[in-house]
Amino acid sequence: MQDKLTAILAQAKDTIERATQLSEVEKLRVDLLGKKAEVTALMKTLGQLSAEERPLVGQQINDVKQAIQQLISDKKHALETAKMAADLARETIDVTLAGRDLDLGGLHPVTRTLRRIEQLFAKAGFDVATGPEIEDDWHNFGALNIPETHPARAMHDTFYIDESTVLRTHTSGVQIRIMENQAPPIRIIAPGRVYRCDSDQTHTPMFHQIEGLIVEKNANFAQLMQLLTEFLQHFFEDDQLKTRFRPSYFPFTEPSAEVDIATELFGAGRWVEVLGCGMVHPNVLRNVGIDPEEYTGLAFGLGVERLAMLRYGVKDLRQFFENDLRFLKQFQ
Amino acid sequence: MKLSEQWLRTWCNPNWTTHELSEALSLAGLEVDDVAPVAPDFSGVVVAEVVSVDAHPDAEKLRVAQVNVGDEALVQIVCGAPNVRPGIKVPCAKVGAVLPDSFKIKKAKLRGVESFGMLCSATELGLEQDYDGLWELSADLSVGEDIRSALALDDQLIEVDLTPNRADCLSVEGLARELAVVSHAPLQTPFELSPLTLNGSCPQAVVIEEQQACLTYLGCVVTDYNTQATTPDWVTQRLIRSGLRPISLLVDITNYVMLELGQPMHAFDADKLQGPVRVRYAQAGEELVTLDEKTLQLSPNTLVIADDQGPLALAGIMGGLASSVTEQTQRLFFECAHFTPDAIVGKARQYGLHTDSSHRFERGVDPALPAKALTRALNLLQAIAGGQVSEWVVAGHSIEEGQSTKPAIMLRRSRVTQLLGTAIEDSFISQLLARLGCQVLADDQAWSVTPPTYRFDLTIEVDLIEEIARVYGYNNLAVNQAAMPLNLKPLPESEQELHSLRMALVGRGYHEVISYSFVEESAVQQLSPEIPYVQIKNPISEDMSTMRTSLFPGLLGVLSYNQKRQQSRVRIFETGLIFSLEDGQMQQVPVLGGLIYGQVAPVSWQASNRKVDFYDLKGDVEALLAMSHLHDQVSFAPAQSPEFHPGQCAHIHYAGQTIGLIGQLHPQWLKPFGVQGPVFMFQIFQDSLLTKQVPQVTGISKFPEVQRDLAFVVDKTCPVSDLVSAIKSLENTLIKHIQVFDVYEGTGLPDSQKSVAISVKIQHNDRTLTDEEVDQLIQQVIERAHQRVNASLR
Repeated sequence: MQDKLTAILAQAKDTIERATQLSEVEKLRVDLLGKKAEVTALMKTLGQLSAEERPLVGQQINDVKQAIQQLISDKKHALETAKMAADLARETIDVTLAGRDLDLGGLHPVTRTLRRIEQLFAKAGFDVATGPEIEDDWHNFGALNIPETHPARAMHDTFYIDESTVLRTHTSGVQIRIMENQAPPIRIIAPGRVYRCDSDQTHTPMFHQIEGLIVEKNANFAQLMQLLTEFLQHFFEDDQLKTRFRPSYFPFTEPSAEVDIATELFGAGRWVEVLGCGMVHPNVLRNVGIDPEEYTGLAFGLGVERLAMLRYGVKDLRQFFENDLRFLKQFQ
Repeated sequence: MKLSEQWLRTWCNPNWTTHELSEALSLAGLEVDDVAPVAPDFSGVVVAEVVSVDAHPDAEKLRVAQVNVGDEALVQIVCGAPNVRPGIKVPCAKVGAVLPDSFKIKKAKLRGVESFGMLCSATELGLEQDYDGLWELSADLSVGEDIRSALALDDQLIEVDLTPNRADCLSVEGLARELAVVSHAPLQTPFELSPLTLNGSCPQAVVIEEQQACLTYLGCVVTDYNTQATTPDWVTQRLIRSGLRPISLLVDITNYVMLELGQPMHAFDADKLQGPVRVRYAQAGEELVTLDEKTLQLSPNTLVIADDQGPLALAGIMGGLASSVTEQTQRLFFECAHFTPDAIVGKARQYGLHTDSSHRFERGVDPALPAKALTRALNLLQAIAGGQVSEWVVAGHSIEEGQSTKPAIMLRRSRVTQLLGTAIEDSFISQLLARLGCQVLADDQAWSVTPPTYRFDLTIEVDLIEEIARVYGYNNLAVNQAAMPLNLKPLPESEQELHSLRMALVGRGYHEVISYSFVEESAVQQLSPEIPYVQIKNPISEDMSTMRTSLFPGLLGVLSYNQKRQQSRVRIFETGLIFSLEDGQMQQVPVLGGLIYGQVAPVSWQASNRKVDFYDLKGDVEALLAMSHLHDQVSFAPAQSPEFHPGQCAHIHYAGQTIGLIGQLHPQWLKPFGVQGPVFMFQIFQDSLLTKQVPQVTGISKFPEVQRDLAFVVDKTCPVSDLVSAIKSLENTLIKHIQVFDVYEGTGLPDSQKSVAISVKIQHNDRTLTDEEVDQLIQQVIERAHQRVNASLR
């Protein structure tokens, strides 16, 4: 019996080792351990043995069965591992190839700049206001203390729709519309397109401005200087940026100033003009029914393209309106 | 205002370099635009006199001149200039001289004749003056003197960009006054006005008919002056350096006084005047031929100087040709008047004119100036050309220097601090006001300030506060923290930011563009012939004459530009206003629009790609609508629109309104707009996109969802959306989702029909549905589809 069992185990071992497919291994499980298997047949002969021999032989047969079982499991595991390895090898790809449909657009640099400015001022409690681009004479000029005969009108190369309607030459008209409809305190910025009848290397007939307005009790000129200095330092992310306020003239503000900045970006000692500002002229406040003795106003206006050019190194203003995709894609 | 630094320094000479001086003016609000040397670097050039001129033995165009350069011996110089002749004084670059651009003058032989130097033109010395040939210098210059000192060429041209409120600085005296205020250097008048000897009453009468327009009119007649006298070099040099061309002695003197003091003047030929000179408005039908020989049809809003024959001059703007001073003029009538800005402003422009005189009168001239200016002009004239001056005729009010015509301004101490946020010492303010020429009375609370007549821009308190801040130095103000209000602002969550929509498109591969709001008229007419459009009266060019009625012309322009630069795949969008007329009212509506062209995906290593079609664009539009929670509520209705392909165009409807449109650009517009197709475009009104819903969740059912797929056959022309709407019209809440997953035409179906496969998901919130319930519901779906769109199951 012992010899027979040894032969069966050796035979099984040999057969299992030769198997190469998982399906073969499944079949061997049936062949070697199933109803028709030799060990199963031997088990049935146990009844013919004496009561003393029976447990001993039974144990021997079971040991062989378990050994075969183990061989099959090991083989199955080995084959599964090999198959997984083969599958993985076959599925290996070139991960350096580009991903599918890499495709991102981008905001126009003017929008990007406007957004940046809006976000900076939003943190200081400024709301965004908008207004019409075809504007009446009153909101573009009259209410802003620029009467018909004022020489300052010659400073604006105005596009006319008819005698009393223009394409707005600045976003300052929005401050009038806001003050007409909202009681102080007011903190707004008004971004948008403006138009001047002028076209050459450094002028386009359309460009963008942001107008800012604060109307509060006791707003003062020093606060305006502080606000704009901080704004410019944050915009250019340069706390060494210097500002210089130069007296100037706008009919709708007094005192009025133009602001120059100097940073290492532009080279030593070079002042670059970036915006105009001032305290809202008492006539403008009166025009919208605000008492200039009770409230004072601060206003500023800046050219968005100008700031975008300085920040992003754009050399030619006209590029903003050519919309060359090779230019725009640099602002992804 | 452009002027010579040396001239300015004769009035006020602070111990500052040119750079310091111009910085100080800029920081005082008189922006110095440019500082340029009058003459570039050169040396060794002297004033020389041509003594004799002989022909060159061997060259027809050359002459051999003997020149006195101030040395003992004459110098021989070969010269090719046509105007070389004995007796003239010209600049001579001696041997060893270095001309601009390091051009060295050496002894030379020209066609065999020795030449020891070069006679120069102004251009050769780097000066822009419109003389031909040699620069003929004034006879009174001394021979041998270095030309740089003889003509004061070591000078800078300072160009000041004056703001319109500072008309008081449109003169050397005005700028000098300002320089004195900021530098504390004294202001000195570099000449003395001599009392005039007046002979006899003025034969020319003057009548001011418009007192509001002309405060003062001074006149006098000058006779017996030397009509051959010429303008001295020192005057012409200063005129040239201020950008004025010397013309004739009389014109030069009036221009000089205008530059020096700021008072425009005019001279008439007294013999051509008939009857009294009148200051009046033009009458309808009157004409005037101006000095520049243009015939103007005068309108009645124009102030003129007239005599019995009619208008002689546009008051304060330009003289007339007929009464002008000529070489034959024997008797002059000088006009020195004060016209008010209101009477002059805009008038020059109305006739297409802009003169130094109108520029000043429009902005304002010191009303106390006429007497001083007229005296100065007559002093100059008599010093140069002699002559007898009549007594003055004085019409209107004569205002004395320093005599103010305006009420005093109250300047409150508290207001200065309040507006500037900085306490400025009283002593600074008092002294400054005095330096500005104001008369000041102070009390505890305020100053009562009367500005000088030349500071007519100072009329209210804040004008004075600006003066204080300006001279104190804006940059010296104490910068302090702006007080922040602590109240938070509302943040409505149902507002959709335009930025979010922009970023959604950016995420889908779109680039934002910004095109001009004005386009070519034909573009608007072609793409949207039914929309009345707005035009600009004074467009910059014909192709920017019409306000866009849609974003499409601009988007197509960008597409064309980029296609011409080899861009084969374009996805762009723009936001902005579009403009139209509705019942004569201008409409300005914010929209969002986009355009796609080319391959659906960027070129990549993967082979499969195709051109974009309608549904690619529609998917992007639906994404925007979904962001605004409109996706389920809008419908796309087949539509006809002139810009679009008749079979590929839809209006987007929402709540009974058309909120946008989408389609393929009609192929007929490819050529006119210079683009290659197919091109797909959309445009939506922003208003409809700028709201969204704040989410309110509903419970998620725990019970199983049943999905049934149905293949319907419908007429080919039946929009699939009608089939879906038919099913939705059951309004059965158990139907959770309807999805079209296949549309098929072709083999196995009649030509007139198509198959539409739809999956329907059904679920009850509270229990599991029975098969019978599901079957019953599906039967209702099939019946409704049949009723509404004649659909049958395939």
